[in-house]
Amino acid sequence: MKKLLWLIVPASAALMVLAAQQRGDININISKTGELPRIAIPDFRGAGDAQKFMAAFNETLAADVAASGQLKLVSKSMMPVFTPQQPSDFVTPAPVQQAPAPKRGRPAPPPQPTNGGGHWIADWSSPPLSANYLAFGYTAVQNGVFVLRGWLFDASKPDVSGAQMLGKTYLASVDEAGARKTAHEFATDIIALFGGKSMFGTHIYYVHRESARSTVSEIWRMDPDGGNAMQLTRFGITSLYPAVSADGTKIAFSSNRSFKWDIFVFSVDLRPRDLRFYNPNTRMNSQPSFTPDGKQVVFMSTAGTDKCCRIFIANLDGSGVRPLTSSVFIDAEPKVNPKTGADVVFSSGRSGPEQVYKMNIDGGDVERLSDGTGEAANPSWHPNGQKIAFAWTRGFAAGKFNIFIMDVTTRSYNQLTHDEGKNENPSWAPDGIHLAFMSNRTGTEQIWTMLADGSQPQQITKQGVNSSPVWGM
Amino acid sequence: MFSKRKVSAICLAVSLAMFAAGCKKKVPPPPPPPPPAPAVTAPAAPPASAPVVGQFTAEPSSIQRGQSSTLRWEISGNITSVSINQGVGTVQNTGSRQVSPADSTTYVLTATGPGGSVNASATVTVSSPPPPPPPPPAAAPKVSFEQRMASDVQDAYFDYDRSDIRGDAQATLTQDATSIKAILADFPSSVIVIEGHCDERGSAEYNLGLGDRRATAARDFLQQLGVPADRLKTISYGKERPQCTEGNESCWQKNRRVHLSPGQ
Repeated sequence: MKKLLWLIVPASAALMVLAAQQRGDININISKTGELPRIAIPDFRGAGDAQKFMAAFNETLAADVAASGQLKLVSKSMMPVFTPQQPSDFVTPAPVQQAPAPKRGRPAPPPQPTNGGGHWIADWSSPPLSANYLAFGYTAVQNGVFVLRGWLFDASKPDVSGAQMLGKTYLASVDEAGARKTAHEFATDIIALFGGKSMFGTHIYYVHRESARSTVSEIWRMDPDGGNAMQLTRFGITSLYPAVSADGTKIAFSSNRSFKWDIFVFSVDLRPRDLRFYNPNTRMNSQPSFTPDGKQVVFMSTAGTDKCCRIFIANLDGSGVRPLTSSVFIDAEPKVNPKTGADVVFSSGRSGPEQVYKMNIDGGDVERLSDGTGEAANPSWHPNGQKIAFAWTRGFAAGKFNIFIMDVTTRSYNQLTHDEGKNENPSWAPDGIHLAFMSNRTGTEQIWTMLADGSQPQQITKQGVNSSPVWGM
Repeated sequence: MFSKRKVSAICLAVSLAMFAAGCKKKVPPPPPPPPPAPAVTAPAAPPASAPVVGQFTAEPSSIQRGQSSTLRWEISGNITSVSINQGVGTVQNTGSRQVSPADSTTYVLTATGPGGSVNASATVTVSSPPPPPPPPPAAAPKVSFEQRMASDVQDAYFDYDRSDIRGDAQATLTQDATSIKAILADFPSSVIVIEGHCDERGSAEYNLGLGDRRATAARDFLQQLGVPADRLKTISYGKERPQCTEGNESCWQKNRRVHLSPGQ
């Protein structure tokens, strides 16, 4: 599957067009030929006790680099037999000599080797591997600490001296989590050399249910690769619509208890703790999200009119609540511009089937962003505050959502998914390059990530039913 | 009922009496005479000086436990004493005695005279009382709140992306209002939940609102028809609980509905 993607994605002409359109916004390095730089990452080995964590380490390192969108991994199957573990493992091939004409009576000199079996840096840069870069190193346990020594070499250099781009030691606890941590950190350093930002340290917040039939749903959080999944709520009822503050210290969501939807704001920097959002006394307060300063929430509510729903804004404790829209039609899922805090995107039925709208934070200057075709929903701001990702049925049957991105000024848009099941709830990663979204392409609703050009879709969750991803810190 | 029983008892008694009396007049001559009734063993002709048992019967000879039978006897001849076993004891030459044996019992009468003793026996067969009749059919089982809601109340349907109560839904909800008022009267502590549902079009987020609008529209309609407001709750399930999962209009129509369900 991965191999297939490697073949399809970089070569696609559509990608080049997309890259041209998005230059300056989405920071994916694509060379003139449409090829990403190629990096070889042979499996690292661990000395002694470190070896048992190396499967997790190697998986994490490769996944992080691949997911960066900055580099293309070359296949391990084509790699030389010998894997260097430190710079001294490389040898410089003897200079090529013109074979002297064989003289009568003397045996011919042995033929010179044509490759170093991995000992030559050229073994990595020449076909069939043709890697531009080589990451290598090893791990060991030293004084009760897991130690990674990692290097990145520019494989195009003729010899070892001058090839090193990165050489660093990383320390962590002696367990699988520690091994993964060093892999994440090493990957972050590699990716940074190519202008990318690592996802390490960010989290995806989401809704988890045991099965599609389960009426109980809880809010969870995980690493972007699906690791360290952690349950944040334990209400045992229906909890939905998570949001996270820009600094990642608070979440908001809503829960249905006794025929009432109420908003909760939790602190999650340490243990999940209820910060007590006092809800307007009405049937429905739901779909909250934070203002960029983390001091207010916007949400939908039946307050005041008993009609669902207007967009409201309130302080984090529920005080200062006031409506931003009227209640003639349904307004839902408001999201405040994370860069400016000055405008809000939301979905509404005010012009017929659901569409995506934008308004000022005071409720004025409402304009429709989607063009009125199909149904458009789930707007999510790019961190730069200039683009949104959203779900749209444009070009597909009613109810068949796909992920689109749109420049909110020019209204130009790109389609990222193409009817691989239903694709909804896109959420930008803090790096502005990745998106998380929900897709049922495997038969159940699961969380996926992809690059903002639609490439490298990766299924992140597999257990139970998972939806409403929100990517934050 | 009783008279019938009485009649049959009398018939039985009469026929037994006839057997006991050895009445042969009704028996046509050619066949041999019927054997003596088992209740009475006709004594062999006693010697002249022995007492003669003219009669020793139990009527009726079959009883149910708890009922009684009457022993009758008539002894003639030269008698010094007459007694009946089974605790009856010495009796007059002629008489009767009511007995209520618990089990089938053969009473033996012994008449003694100078010419010797004569025995006669009469058996009372005791049968157990019949099993009690089946209890009267239980009062029709009480129909539960849930059953009433399921059988008497219908779903009302909506147009795409709309929450106003259309014509057919008005008719449905009008009938529902009548049923609901009766049900709420029969179950005074109950509440009814109005569930708002949507088809798969539109986002889950938007449909949460649309389902809420449908549920509250139905609630308002029912309240106008006199259903007490404090007995109605609303909940929106959006598009989370479809009745039908195909992607076509007939299926979508089934999902655009309010469903009235029993509350706690």
